[in-house]
Amino acid sequence: MASIPMEQGLLLAGVLFVIGLTGVLVRRNIIFVLLSLEVMLNASGLAFIVAGYRWGQPDGQVLFLFVLTMAAAEVSVGLALVLQLHRVFKTLDVDVASRMRG
Amino acid sequence: MLHLLFLVPILPFCGFVVLALFGRWFDRRQVAAIGVGSIGLSALFALLVGFDFVIAPPAGDHFSQSLWTWINVGGFSPHIAFYLDSLSVIMILVVTVVGFLIHVYSAEYMEDEPDGYARFFACMNLFVGSMLTLVLADNLLLLYLGWEGVGLCSYLLIGFWYTDPANGRAARKAFIVTRIGDTALLVGLLLLFTKLGTLQIQPLMQLASERWVVGSSITVAAAGLLLGGALGKSAQLPLQTWLPDAMAGPTPVSALIHAATMVTAGVYLIARMNVLFTLSPVIQTTVAAVGAGTLILAGFSALTQRDIKRVLAYSTISQIGYMFLAVGVGAWSAAMFHFMTHAFFKALLFMAAGVIILGLHHEQDMFKMGGLRKQTPLVFWTFLAGSLSLAALPLVTAGFYSKDAILAGAWASDAGGRWLWAAGLGGALLTGLYTFRMVFLTFFGQVQTPFHLKPGLRLLLPLVVLAFLSIVAGFLDLPRTLGNQPWFSDFVHTSLPETKEIAGSVERNLQIVASLASIGGILLAYYFFLREPGFVRRLVMTPLGAALHRFWFVGWGFDWAYDNLIVGTYVRLARANRADVFDLPVRVIALINQAGHIVLSRTETGRLRWYATSVAFGAIVAVGIVVFVT
Repeated sequence: MASIPMEQGLLLAGVLFVIGLTGVLVRRNIIFVLLSLEVMLNASGLAFIVAGYRWGQPDGQVLFLFVLTMAAAEVSVGLALVLQLHRVFKTLDVDVASRMRG
Repeated sequence: MLHLLFLVPILPFCGFVVLALFGRWFDRRQVAAIGVGSIGLSALFALLVGFDFVIAPPAGDHFSQSLWTWINVGGFSPHIAFYLDSLSVIMILVVTVVGFLIHVYSAEYMEDEPDGYARFFACMNLFVGSMLTLVLADNLLLLYLGWEGVGLCSYLLIGFWYTDPANGRAARKAFIVTRIGDTALLVGLLLLFTKLGTLQIQPLMQLASERWVVGSSITVAAAGLLLGGALGKSAQLPLQTWLPDAMAGPTPVSALIHAATMVTAGVYLIARMNVLFTLSPVIQTTVAAVGAGTLILAGFSALTQRDIKRVLAYSTISQIGYMFLAVGVGAWSAAMFHFMTHAFFKALLFMAAGVIILGLHHEQDMFKMGGLRKQTPLVFWTFLAGSLSLAALPLVTAGFYSKDAILAGAWASDAGGRWLWAAGLGGALLTGLYTFRMVFLTFFGQVQTPFHLKPGLRLLLPLVVLAFLSIVAGFLDLPRTLGNQPWFSDFVHTSLPETKEIAGSVERNLQIVASLASIGGILLAYYFFLREPGFVRRLVMTPLGAALHRFWFVGWGFDWAYDNLIVGTYVRLARANRADVFDLPVRVIALINQAGHIVLSRTETGRLRWYATSVAFGAIVAVGIVVFVT
């Protein structure tokens, strides 16, 4: 099996992270914001795995398992918030929910 | 027995805490039982400790008891510790015994007050506790705590009838004027600590005498600052103006705080720090001069007052002047002796005056009294005993022996001894004059206001006890010419330096002259105020007499001068600075903060994406710093 150079793996992770971040920052639909957050999480998970592979250690993959469980929990909370947002504001636009302005 | 010492100051504090917290739920009998009982127990333990100390003196003639470490920071660790030597034994005995008698008296005196009975006893207990802390303190910081404590209680009790603004004003005046002295004392303590590195009194004295040269500027500064504190607390020139106004408080307060105990704290301080004062002869001479000046000035003022309590107040200032004179000339035991006898007879005089004031419906003007001798014989006889002691009637009164010791000490002193002696002698004449002016105006002559009071046992018993003490306390210290039994001096000399001796024949002559002066004063008073009252009236009518009378009546115009020079200037400055120029730097800081607040609160938009952007931006900056800068 041809090994993938670490630089390329990390680059992919970085690109994914930036895509996710951009999504979080520019999308107004809260569903897409959550999706972008998932992309960011997976990007960091990929970085862990690549790093673990580089050192020949299983730790990176173990950590990604934890990140997955955490992501599942976070999504359930996030979706509950989405439902609540929709019920209160009748919209999915995050900018509308800006009542806590200083 | 000596290890019970800590109970002496603790018990009054316990009484204070109980009365201050739960006093409102007790009835008067319970309040009196707690308030008087705590001091009574304290007096009992003080007597036990004092007795034990005299019978079996501990090693080195002193006993220390350390309760706990108060603070421990950077090598500075003052303890809550008590130091008992002959000086503090005398102080605690007088404070607790006289204090107890005054508390018994107050239980009846204050009974008709509509409210504040518990408040009164709480403050009195706190006062006694603070005073005991002051005199027992092993280090100057603890002494300062007691010093401020008694000042606070003095303020609270002068303003006891706080609904009258004049009383509040008198209380504030007393507090602020003594505060001036207290500040000097505090600066003195800081100076001593920075120079010698400790505040424990005994090691401090040791170090001072080892390291400092007699008359060096540092000793002058330290002793001068301590003297400042003593002047304020003991109402000596130029800080004496608060004491006559302090008479606004209830009479037992005047007896306890402004006659017997607190006002003598300055004398105690000087006696306690005697090494420091011996090291700076200039300051010690100043002490004597201040005392001599004060005793004369206050004597003249006492001569012109109408209010019986103000006569006693000026008389107190004058008698403390004698004590200052004594410590100033190095007659340490005479000062302590006069402190003790003065506590007895002046507390007695105040309390007897209090009975009269109560019986005349709070009338304090002596010219509206008169003829009370027949109406209240017991009060008259006790008052007379106190007056005779104050006027120093030879041989039979305590005041004679203590004043005589002071005059002998003044004569023996190197620094202007004859002048100081002459001032003391003049003061003795004045004392006899103003004391018996008061006696004759109050108790002799025509009845002007009928006396409505049947004093109870609690009012009379303290008077009788103190009258007994005002007469016999003098026999504790018989001079060489009269019996030669100086028990008191010998006892005091275990902790204070010896007094310089003078030849026996000189001493006898001095005693004869002093006796003549005091008897002369009494006779003059008899002539002026009983036999020929018209003469004085005519004297006061003459332009010079009227001017002098007015001048002395207002206490030599000190109040006027201070009001115009200091208070007036200060008020004008405060007016001019209404816009508060000096606060400008502080306000600029506040404005900058406010502007920052406005800017930052703008960033709080409530928008999730804006927050996410700032987090991302912050992360980029942080990573950038880590990667590129370090």
